[in-house]
Amino acid sequence: MQTDDQQILWIEEPELGYSGKSYLRLFAEGMTTTIKHLFGPKQTIESPEERYQPPDPLLYRGVHRLNRDEQGRVKCVACFLCATACPAHCIDIVAAESPWPDREKYPESFTIDELRCIFCGMCEEACPVDAIELTSLYDLSGKSREEMIFDKEKLLSVYDQTKDAEPMRSKREPLG
Amino acid sequence: MPTALIDGRELELGEHERLNGIEAARRLGIEIPHYCWHPGLSVVGSCRMCLVEVGMRDPKTGQISMLPRLVPACNTPVRDGTVLVTNSEKVQRARAMVEEDLLLRHPIDCPICDKAGECRLQDYHFTYGQEQRRADIRPFTSRRRDVGSEITLFVDRCIMCSRCVRFCREISGTSELLVVQRGAHEEIDVLPDFPLNNKLSGNVVDLCPVGALCDKNFLYRQRVWYLKSHPGVCTGCAIGCSTWIDENQDHVWRIRPRENLAVNRWWICNDGRYDYPHVHSDQRILVPRRRDGEAWTDLSWNGLIRELDSRLRQAGRIGVVLSPFLTVEEAFLLASYARQVDPQAVIVVGHVPVVDEDERFPGGFIIAAEKCPNRRGVEAIASRMMGRVLAWEAFLGEVSSLGLRGLWVSGGYKRPWIDEATVDRLRGLELLIVQDLFPSPLTERADYVLPAAAFPERDGSYVNRNDHLQSVRWAIRPPRGVRPEGSVFWELLGRSGLYDAPGALRELAAEIGYFHLALGTIPEGGVNLKTNLLA
Repeated sequence: MQTDDQQILWIEEPELGYSGKSYLRLFAEGMTTTIKHLFGPKQTIESPEERYQPPDPLLYRGVHRLNRDEQGRVKCVACFLCATACPAHCIDIVAAESPWPDREKYPESFTIDELRCIFCGMCEEACPVDAIELTSLYDLSGKSREEMIFDKEKLLSVYDQTKDAEPMRSKREPLG
Repeated sequence: MPTALIDGRELELGEHERLNGIEAARRLGIEIPHYCWHPGLSVVGSCRMCLVEVGMRDPKTGQISMLPRLVPACNTPVRDGTVLVTNSEKVQRARAMVEEDLLLRHPIDCPICDKAGECRLQDYHFTYGQEQRRADIRPFTSRRRDVGSEITLFVDRCIMCSRCVRFCREISGTSELLVVQRGAHEEIDVLPDFPLNNKLSGNVVDLCPVGALCDKNFLYRQRVWYLKSHPGVCTGCAIGCSTWIDENQDHVWRIRPRENLAVNRWWICNDGRYDYPHVHSDQRILVPRRRDGEAWTDLSWNGLIRELDSRLRQAGRIGVVLSPFLTVEEAFLLASYARQVDPQAVIVVGHVPVVDEDERFPGGFIIAAEKCPNRRGVEAIASRMMGRVLAWEAFLGEVSSLGLRGLWVSGGYKRPWIDEATVDRLRGLELLIVQDLFPSPLTERADYVLPAAAFPERDGSYVNRNDHLQSVRWAIRPPRGVRPEGSVFWELLGRSGLYDAPGALRELAAEIGYFHLALGTIPEGGVNLKTNLLA
């Protein structure tokens, strides 16, 4: 950027007067905000007794799920686009020929390291068949690091758990 | 000097050069898209992707007259006065139309197609195609059919360039593949009971510009954009084909031919293509071991080289066996070391595996009977250092009379190569050091067993049976516990720093006349060591 750029409007900092130098006005303004919140409606909740409800569960980016097709099989076609898009490299797929006559390729194993994941939602965007989606479940916990590496079965079970509350976002036709 | 005019730029042609439009344009760095044309196959001009405007310049008046219609560049010989226009609006429109036509019947299943990422149809569509699809028919699904033991065909992905058909007719000479039906129903197929099972069949997968022909050994294993390609040399036979070693995270997934007109042209055989599984075999020797009485002790490399050095010096009278799987640098370093320990050291050329006879194909491709990459190079070193070539079999005959006390056998054999009876003839040695890929009767008998590196793990050069030397770098790191021979010999010689293969080759070239052409930088395709001797 050049300093003589016509797009830049240069302005001088205003000179502070006596009241400005004493900061009294700003102090009063700040305290007003604080006091307002003291008596206003409470924003915090008593977790975990109370659960936070995301305003729009379909937009929230929580734990992943692997969707199932109409026949209950994993919808994923193992194209590796999510793994390619993933900036944290937390998705590991082993592809194989599918055991079903109407489908060509499927993931033999599909694991997501939830500890490594940064929940950016790029996998969901990259998926050409809408097989991977992020749910509104946010309080995932486990006793060990290994437990937090979710395999295909676990990710499918997340789908079973959340499919009623959060329907599949789109119904794109299957590939090939 | 004949001169052609391509996109307004002049190209000077050689006197007797026969180039077509695509090759001539490539000289000027202009890429003409094409599917069906391949430099190694006959020209059919069927895909219509390389359509260009063609004209002639009158040599006297300099006036240019253009043909009214577009002409395929692959089928247009470029002569003196030929004018090609490859970037006019008319040409671009024709390309976009060809792309649109091909995509009408193409199942756009790129996410599950193995070719995605290196697919001509994909690349050309992004470069030359139009953004909107105008057809409203839904493309077919992927019908799949096995055409051979290694190759599978996704029928609907095919764009009917017929490269595979021409390959089977012209290069392998087996003619398994053919085109059945006509018009929009055309398909590639094989006849019943005559599958695509020739020894060059893997090449049709590389030839296929789309994902129609796929390799069953590679199918769905990796996406191609994860693979890194390293130039390599096939160690399957004495031809030493140039290859690409495609690797991801130190695992070899695929071997492809690398164009080298002096050696293998554009092809490799299936033996070389599917030669990599042994690299990742769990049978491999992965740790150096020492025999203590009847028991074996696993060793670490720390201090081991010094221990081997002192044992060899104790033995005094020693011999080394240079395996034909070693690179010339490694063989040279080992032989030099042996000479340093014992000036009278016996230098033997290791066992050369030979299977049947050479296989020759009508397209000129040869699979050699000699199943090792570097007999020639190792023999040249042995004959210079030893004064004669002492082959393994001859050595076994005279081993008792040589009075050896220590022997270093380098291996790197991918298949079993030695039996008990042979090993028995080596009895009476005080110290036997064996360096090999897999356990064998010989490693059972050894005092020290050292792991050897597999071919993608080595740095160095190979000399094929036609005296053609090719240099390559390592493609993958060896498994933990394995040190490539080069670095072991480097340390045995007491040299500091990392193993420097190009440096070792320069040393070798300076010392042994046979290699003197390897003194300079080695070009990508290698050098023929006999070139100057003939001149």
